This record gives sequence, structure tokens and C-alpha cells, in this order.
Amino acid sequence: MAIRIWHPFGAFPLAHLRREMERVLSGLGADGPDWVWPGTLRNQPAVNVWETGESVHVELEVPGVKSDQLDLSVVGSQLAIKIERPEVQEEQVTYHRRERPVGSFLRVVELPSEVDPGKVEAELHHGVLAITLPKAEAAKPRKIQVTATS
Amino acid sequence: MAHDGRTTKPPAEQVPGLEQTRSGACYRPSVDIVERPDELVVLADVPGASPDGIDVQFEEGTLTIHAKVEPRNQDVDFLVREYGVGDYWRTFQVAETVDAGKISADYADGVLALHLPKAEAAKPRKIPVKI
Repeated sequence: MAIRIWHPFGAFPLAHLRREMERVLSGLGADGPDWVWPGTLRNQPAVNVWETGESVHVELEVPGVKSDQLDLSVVGSQLAIKIERPEVQEEQVTYHRRERPVGSFLRVVELPSEVDPGKVEAELHHGVLAITLPKAEAAKPRKIQVTATS
Repeated sequence: MAHDGRTTKPPAEQVPGLEQTRSGACYRPSVDIVERPDELVVLADVPGASPDGIDVQFEEGTLTIHAKVEPRNQDVDFLVREYGVGDYWRTFQVAETVDAGKISADYADGVLALHLPKAEAAKPRKIPVKI
């Protein structure tokens, strides 16, 4: 599985080690979160994360999930995503393939900056969950005017 | 606890025999196939596909699903990119005799549900035993 992680810091040798530690501790590692809650299945939903100057965007593909089966919460710079997909076991049928994920999932995504929890928006469209988290005022990049004094 | 790194989306693969009119990755959707007494139900996870971009073909026992997905987030600098966006394509050999004229499909929440009713001859029939 090809993962590309863009990091704002450059290619200094120690920065690489620090990046690895951050990756492991933040749960955004190549194999997904390094801790899984008991009772969850091993198939964690995959996320895509990107940011603009104004907000952080998180997107997940959650086919077959209704909005009342989703639970999103934001604390500081962490987004917790909980999905409940009840297992439907039919009687007197034969399953020839059973590949679609089922069960409850919990994933905590470490966001690159603080966001404003009151302004978070989430939209579910055709099984794609798009979450927009506007950055907290303090976290937005601010242009600094330079005054020449001579 | 070890995590095996599997996401819910299989990696993109070159699909033989599929003519791509536009470049892009093509993914194999995860499916559930349920055989009920009088029909086969195929549920395919195709999130992001637009309803009018879904093409289902059934010919000589071969079922083909092709769902077009509008590209999104193309020129974005990802911090984390665990899945890609692309069309879905998958084909199945259906062993049951299916009444092709009665196949129905519906699409909701990113899941394509296909109902393939079995042809009369294939339905289980109870044979009364006269004593």
C-alpha cells in the first residue's frame, strides 16, 4: 500500500527520526493506528488528510453507513471518528463472498493544528464522509508586516 | 496488538480487458454475495460513484460492474493519503441460472445492490413423495 506523508520539515537526519516518532505516536502511521480498541475489527477505515491555510480536511470512505451510525468528536487537535456498522446475519442463506467491513470502528486522527470545534462541518455523500475543520484563530498563518525603519 | 495494515480498499490494479477512456486508477470493490432461495444479491462498496456513472452488464453468466467516480481532491497536498480515488471495476462468473430480464439494481450511501432473481428452473423445488 503506497502511503505518502508530506511533512513541512526538510530532510535533516534528526528530523527524520523525529518524524518517525511523531508518526507512531500520532496514529497516522503507515499501518494505521498503532493501538486498536478492544472489540474493534482490524480493518480500520482509511483516511485522507490535507490542510489549507484556513482549515484541515479529513475524508473517509464509509459506504453503507448512515449518518446516525457515525459519531464524530473534536478535542483540541484530535478528531475521534466512531462508526457502528451492525452485523446483519440472515437465516437460511449462503454467503458466497463476505468482504465488506462490519463492526464498530474507532479511529483518532491527530490533526496538524488546533481547530475550532464549534465550526467543524461533516458531509456524507454517496458513502464519502468529508470533514472540514476550520483552524483555530491562533493556528492560522498570519502575515506579518515588515516596516523598514531606515 | 499487531495491526495488519489492511484498509478497506484493495489497491488499484491494472484491469485486463477494460478499456479506459480516461486515465486514472481502477479499484476492485469489496462485495458481499448472498444467495437467497430465489435470488442472488450482490452488494458492492463503491463510495464516491455517481448514480449515473454506474454500469452493470450481465452476459452469458458473467456479471460486470463498472462504477465511474468523479475525481476529487486532485491537486491537494496530502498530509496523510491512505486511499486513492478512482473508478471501480469487478467481474464475476455467476454459476446460478439467472433471469437476466429481471435483474434490478439500486444505489444508496455508496453501496450498489444488485438483485439477480434465479430463473424458474434453478429455484429449489420441493418434490412431494407419494406413498
